[in-house]
Amino acid sequence: MEKSTRISELQSRSRAAQPTLDPERAQLLTRFYMENAPREYSSPKIRALTFSYLLENKTISIAENELIVGEKGSRPKAAPTYPELCCHTLTDLQILDQREKIPFRVDEQTTQIYQDEIIPFWKDKSLREIIFREMSKEWIAAYQAGVFTEFMEQRSPGHTVLDDKIYHKGMLDFRNDIQRSLEDLDFNNDQDAPAKKEQLEAMEITAQALINFSKRYVEMARKLAQKEKDPDRKKELEQIARICDRVPENKPRTFHEALQYYWFVHLGVTVELNPWDAFCPGHLDQHLQPFYELELEQGTLTEAQAEELLQCLWIKFENQPAPPKVGVTAHESSTYTDFVQLNIGGVKHDGTDGVNPISYMMLDVIETMRQVQPNPSVHISEVTPDEFLVRAAQVIREGMGKPDLFNSDMVVEEMVGMGKTLEDARQGGTSGCVETGAFGKEAYILTGYFNLPKVLEITLSNGIDPRTGKQLGPKTGNPREFKTFMELFDAYCQQLAFFINIKIEGNHTIERIYAEQMPAPFLSLLTDDCVSRGKDYHGGGARYDTSYIQGVGLGTMTDALTALKVQVYEEKNLSMAELLDTLENNFQQKEELRQMLLNRTPRYGNDDDRADDVMVLVFNAYLDAVDGRPNTRGGTYRVNMLPTTCHVYFGSMVNATPDGRLSGKPLSEGISPVQGADRKGPTAVLKSVSKMDQRRTGGTLLNQKLNPRVVETPQGLKKFTQLIRAYFKLGGHHIQFNIVDRETLLAAQADPDSYRNLIVRVAGYSDYFCDLTEALQEEIITRTEHQVF
Amino acid sequence: MITGYIFDIKRFSIHDGPGIRTTVFLKGCPLSCQWCHNPESQKSTPELIFHPHRCIQCGTCLPACPNNAISKKNNSYLTNRDLCRICGACVDVCYPDAREIVGRKLTPAEVVEEVLKDQVFYDQSNGGVTYSGGEPLHQLEFLKECLRKSKEKDLHTALDTSGYALWEDFLELLPYIDLVLYDVKIMDNQLHQKYTGVDIHLVKENLTCLVDSGKKVFVRYPVLPGVNDSREQIQNLGAYLSGLKGISRVDLLPYHAMSAEKYSRLGRQFNFGSNHAPRIDELQKIEKQLGRFGLEVSIGG
Repeated sequence: MEKSTRISELQSRSRAAQPTLDPERAQLLTRFYMENAPREYSSPKIRALTFSYLLENKTISIAENELIVGEKGSRPKAAPTYPELCCHTLTDLQILDQREKIPFRVDEQTTQIYQDEIIPFWKDKSLREIIFREMSKEWIAAYQAGVFTEFMEQRSPGHTVLDDKIYHKGMLDFRNDIQRSLEDLDFNNDQDAPAKKEQLEAMEITAQALINFSKRYVEMARKLAQKEKDPDRKKELEQIARICDRVPENKPRTFHEALQYYWFVHLGVTVELNPWDAFCPGHLDQHLQPFYELELEQGTLTEAQAEELLQCLWIKFENQPAPPKVGVTAHESSTYTDFVQLNIGGVKHDGTDGVNPISYMMLDVIETMRQVQPNPSVHISEVTPDEFLVRAAQVIREGMGKPDLFNSDMVVEEMVGMGKTLEDARQGGTSGCVETGAFGKEAYILTGYFNLPKVLEITLSNGIDPRTGKQLGPKTGNPREFKTFMELFDAYCQQLAFFINIKIEGNHTIERIYAEQMPAPFLSLLTDDCVSRGKDYHGGGARYDTSYIQGVGLGTMTDALTALKVQVYEEKNLSMAELLDTLENNFQQKEELRQMLLNRTPRYGNDDDRADDVMVLVFNAYLDAVDGRPNTRGGTYRVNMLPTTCHVYFGSMVNATPDGRLSGKPLSEGISPVQGADRKGPTAVLKSVSKMDQRRTGGTLLNQKLNPRVVETPQGLKKFTQLIRAYFKLGGHHIQFNIVDRETLLAAQADPDSYRNLIVRVAGYSDYFCDLTEALQEEIITRTEHQVF
Repeated sequence: MITGYIFDIKRFSIHDGPGIRTTVFLKGCPLSCQWCHNPESQKSTPELIFHPHRCIQCGTCLPACPNNAISKKNNSYLTNRDLCRICGACVDVCYPDAREIVGRKLTPAEVVEEVLKDQVFYDQSNGGVTYSGGEPLHQLEFLKECLRKSKEKDLHTALDTSGYALWEDFLELLPYIDLVLYDVKIMDNQLHQKYTGVDIHLVKENLTCLVDSGKKVFVRYPVLPGVNDSREQIQNLGAYLSGLKGISRVDLLPYHAMSAEKYSRLGRQFNFGSNHAPRIDELQKIEKQLGRFGLEVSIGG
């Protein structure tokens, strides 16, 4: 499919736009808070009124020839900031402006606004500062040592996905629902009724605010239409006015209305707060299909027009870089990508095949647009036709690492295992990188990455962090005196429980802070059953409430423990004392020993039970420490095995490890084997990683790198799809591919200017290779490249 | 107990028959094709290979050798292959795996156990196991037992052969084989002798017998620029194969010059004259030319 002139133009303008830090939201917010003493209102109300104020006053624009309107910032690629959550310092602004990778330009005026208005007002008041003040000494120490990260310290929990409700309801219908809930409040018997009233009224304010926001576009489109000379564009502008007059106030009737409605909602959620992974439309192909079918029948829309509208939406996503982060989070998540995931294919609510013509059209759009954002994923079930998987494989073969692939049957099973109804599970899917959730009905919050090898390192130092000499964990025994492997492993489990407890204790406090001080009435409006319960998304309003802690470094951890088990305890090739001294010295003068650990220890990823059994041990211990524990919102904790780019940061906080890894080097990522340790081809990797009971996770991430020659012929491509099917039969949750050869990556490193458009898969997202940090580029190059045989 | 020498077992092999397969490479070959991309397959006994880029110059190998075959010269460790008895003492202490013995002794049961690890992938793709080499028939009893055991497990079996063996030997194997991947290398006997060291007549006779037996046969033709890719040679090939009436398919295997390094690891010279891989348009031309004979032709396996 060729791009239309419109799309080519819009896309090149988007590509040319420089990401900037946009002070407008921060300035409006700060003025509003200064003028309206928040104490006069309940916190849901102040947030709702803030939302209203922002939408009433933010700059809006309709760009030349665009069909879907609205930007999060005051113009494309202008990233707003959220000082109520995390206030950038002047130093932060300087770094953002000047750093080599992922810069955000900050002009002098912005710096001035920050210096004069924003920083003075939010000092000591931003949630980030409140959170760090409230954390225990143990929490701070573990956080600083790189045992875990904290997701909620500068972005709000969010991390959720929309279901089909906006395609059946306008904001007026939402207001009616709220009115009914208000009428049902029982002030005599329900002590929470007054709080629910505040919450519900706040939600209603936000529903109206979104309607008012859309009317601003109606007015603007009409004015532009009056002035427009070109009759075609004049018609388009008049149509934009009609559409924005219709949605979000009322339910959509056309394909174009449905897309514009979603986009207004997307802007609403991401202007209200800065939620992790922005916001996602979920099963957009299934949601759009009825509109498409109807309009084709009526003759009011052509296939080409529908595709162009989808491409317009694609550009909208690309125009929103993830808000700039600070501190550790800037290291762990260094990308413009905001993880908006689209689920394509999968199953319908009744379990039948969800693939439809829009699913194929979306694959075409991915291929044509070649963008970093959004982040489309393809969902494959037993009932998914091969034809669709083959088409997806053709797009993957293009080498952008897109789309990635999910096993929808497993995703459903995971959710049912967590206690969701079958129907809710089927209408759910994945978002972020690989996380499982019931769309439109669940707050499934990522709370932080957890560094498994760091806990082993601390265990091997009897509770001390060898990098700082601080006693971080309990004294679980001098490892030199452990007689058996299980004695060592028990000590590890004690340390693990200790740090998980610290993490969860901290999460409890943070979740409470969000519930009390930073409700999200607009997001709540969109999430069942917040309206019927009269509760906030952050305070237990969602039908399902999950907190995830994401385990990182499974491969490194497995190989390190296997090395200890085999080399120290079973074969006694070296003593614990010798190994620990060697690790302390980062294998200096001990390259032979390092080679022995690397090459004479069974390694995870080769379908070798001697190593894979240890992986299962490590995984089960992690699961035992986390799974099923209560959170503050009436839900439970679950585990996820995904790293984003945190394995690089975590690696920088861990000295040399017993698997032969040198100090500071990246850990393994996701559930993938240590980079280069898998030597028996992709089938062996898939067998190894399936030995983990992935059903019990809320998502695992597996990266594979294939030489392009594997899939160059139709037969090769077919076998590639069969490889994927077999992995899913084995119980795999997710798999993604980089189909690129080493030479290309090396060439791109040497000559970035010629490879600006090279997109690679990083974690649960793709990014421009040249935008990655050098450490991450190296890490991707060292991943095993499966060859053709 | 029967044992055999294997030089590799490759999983996710996708060019050696239908579906996703595991290819078992048996060591030893009566041919000595000049372009052979698996030089380690030729000799029937284990060999020492050396990967210089893996060597960390630790010198542990030198005293480990009981035959004084290793010496140090300009910071690298050289092996005198005349003194080396392939005992493996240096390999045991070489942790970076710079030294390696190629050629593992395995029982058919061990081979099949390894093959069965990817059963789920074969089921999904209608794949199976391929026995290749070297010339697998060179280890007839071992091969037969491997094939028999594979069939016992209901695996789809393919035999990848040079065709240079006794027909009686083929006959013994046929009950356990679903598909034969049969190499035809050069049609002209003189050239065949020059480049492979053996006569082509036996290869041709066996192919006739195989086709007559009704077995499914895919012919594999390595495309060696300047050696066997002339218009005339392809014409002869097409006439010959179509005359056999029963060849299911012809796979053109483009020559690649990536094996020179493998020769140096074995301490050998790579002397094949042609050093360029056929271009895709050259391959397509051959594909077309053979297609005119009514043959089903594909590029790659």
